Amino acid sequence: MRGFLLNRLSQSLILLLIVSVIGFLVLNLLPGGPLAQFGLDPGMTQDDLERLKEQLGLNRPLLIQYFDWAWRLLQGDWGHSFRDGAPVLAVIGRHVPATLLLMGTSTAIAIAIGTWIGIRGATHRYSVFDYMATVGAMVALSIPTFWFGLVGIYIFSLQLGWLPAGNMYTIGDGSVLNYLHHLIMPSIVLSLVHVAIWSRYMRTATLDAISQDFVKTARAKGLSERRVIMKHVVGNALLPMITLAGVQLPSILTGALVTETVFTWPGMGRLFLDSLGYSDYPVVMGLLMFSAILVILGNLIADIAVAIVDPRIRLG
Amino acid sequence: MTALVANAGPSRWWRSRTMRRFTSHHLALLGVVMITLLTLACVFGPHLLPYDSLYIDLRARFSPPLTGYHYLGTDPLGRDVAARLLMAGRTSLLVAFSAMLLSTMIGTLVGVIAGYRGGWIGAALMRTVDGFLSFPSIFLLLALAAALKPSPAMVTVIVAVTSWMEVARIVEAEVRSLREREFVLAGRMLGLSGAHIMFREILPNAMGPIIVAATLTVAHAILLEAYISFLGYGIQPPLPSWGNMLEGAQQYLDSAPWLAIIPGAAITIAVTSFNFIGDGLRDALDVRDDRV
Repeated sequence: MRGFLLNRLSQSLILLLIVSVIGFLVLNLLPGGPLAQFGLDPGMTQDDLERLKEQLGLNRPLLIQYFDWAWRLLQGDWGHSFRDGAPVLAVIGRHVPATLLLMGTSTAIAIAIGTWIGIRGATHRYSVFDYMATVGAMVALSIPTFWFGLVGIYIFSLQLGWLPAGNMYTIGDGSVLNYLHHLIMPSIVLSLVHVAIWSRYMRTATLDAISQDFVKTARAKGLSERRVIMKHVVGNALLPMITLAGVQLPSILTGALVTETVFTWPGMGRLFLDSLGYSDYPVVMGLLMFSAILVILGNLIADIAVAIVDPRIRLG
Repeated sequence: MTALVANAGPSRWWRSRTMRRFTSHHLALLGVVMITLLTLACVFGPHLLPYDSLYIDLRARFSPPLTGYHYLGTDPLGRDVAARLLMAGRTSLLVAFSAMLLSTMIGTLVGVIAGYRGGWIGAALMRTVDGFLSFPSIFLLLALAAALKPSPAMVTVIVAVTSWMEVARIVEAEVRSLREREFVLAGRMLGLSGAHIMFREILPNAMGPIIVAATLTVAHAILLEAYISFLGYGIQPPLPSWGNMLEGAQQYLDSAPWLAIIPGAAITIAVTSFNFIGDGLRDALDVRDDRV
């Protein structure tokens, strides 16, 4: 267990290093580099730009600049927003809870529905339900998230008037019910793709588990089919799903960005787009690095969770 | 396509086992039919429609579908939605297809080298793949698109740069398993160069998974282009693409819902078709199922 943890931890650190190099290169090798947005400012002359480069140390060798940047990143100095001068980490921190709430809710929905569809598909293999679920998953994976959101708003907000078309709460109404009411549609929209993915993997994992010897033993003991499935199959099939939840993090974040845009949800995705609009490079870079770190951390936690739950890894 | 050829006699590839399996996959056939129709419509359709996709007619703004010869209605500038949809299809499909070619080339190159060389080169390449996969693709796409001038060619490159990793992983695993086979040893014994063994001996045998991954990459690329164009950082107007037709559609959702519904439906149909085809190819080419 100890060896496994150290191994996984060092892998994550190496990945973090690579991610920081990619992020740094994206920032620097683009035309104009970190000062690109100032080049368009009519108040800036070429001389000013040269002087700024000198002041900010942008004419040093790239390798030195990288270590300087990475060192400050490690110390929590992520720079300041061009828009209002606030520290980047604080700006991001303000927007993280809304995104986590949306992602958490939609992941819960995806796990609940996806697990059910996957198990039912596997236990009723090649049935009409299984076939519909397979085709349905492929179609669901093909629907652009933002379009699904627009159609949802058209039907449930504009035509039926059941659900709000956007925002996180009604101004002046801070009740939990009001938050929940606003949370329903965006979290369902975000969960669609993940219900599809989750159900496909769950079906495969359940089929794998069903064919194992311990399931035959359980059946031979005379347990009811329901008990065999619930106790012996599902428990084992859910194990690889923990890893899947970690692997799916980047795609959930991508979906969250698009969903937040459609539903004017005040999370990281909207912050990213707003910052792009303002050419607020420090915040854009901060979000890029923050989301990658979140993904690496999520995968690490998922792997540790599997190791804790699975005695084969814990004791092996 | 070696797998297709290998299973058949010289002139009867269409009667091979692979072909039979593919044609018995009804969804894949449906996908092929839909993509063919869609492509034909996008190529020839604009010449048959009465309106040009860029013709602005302020008197005909916001005409709902089936108004006169505006079969799918008009947009806020009175431009014909049907003509724009088909012209947009040309852009979106071309960008997605080119991005697929580029990203498959990058992914194959990285995968073959990493899988064949192994050692620290392989490890470094595959960790780079992991690094790229750690970024939510849209964050990386938007950061690149906002900084570079998004011409259609640039959008193609950006989409390719953010979607080659899956192919690289698949090819690397495939090549790693083929590396120890007898025919590779024989090649080495004959004194063939590393490049020759990698690309002429091993690569043809890894073609099945690459074809499947490439097909699914087209679907993925259509979606990515749509996402960034919808957000305003992809294909720029007046050149229409399915994604940028949806940009701004949200504000007219109440009065002109067809502006949002029609292009999105086109995207969904195209992406679904490619996913169906990819699924059929996976069955037909006997590629093991490790992707959804």
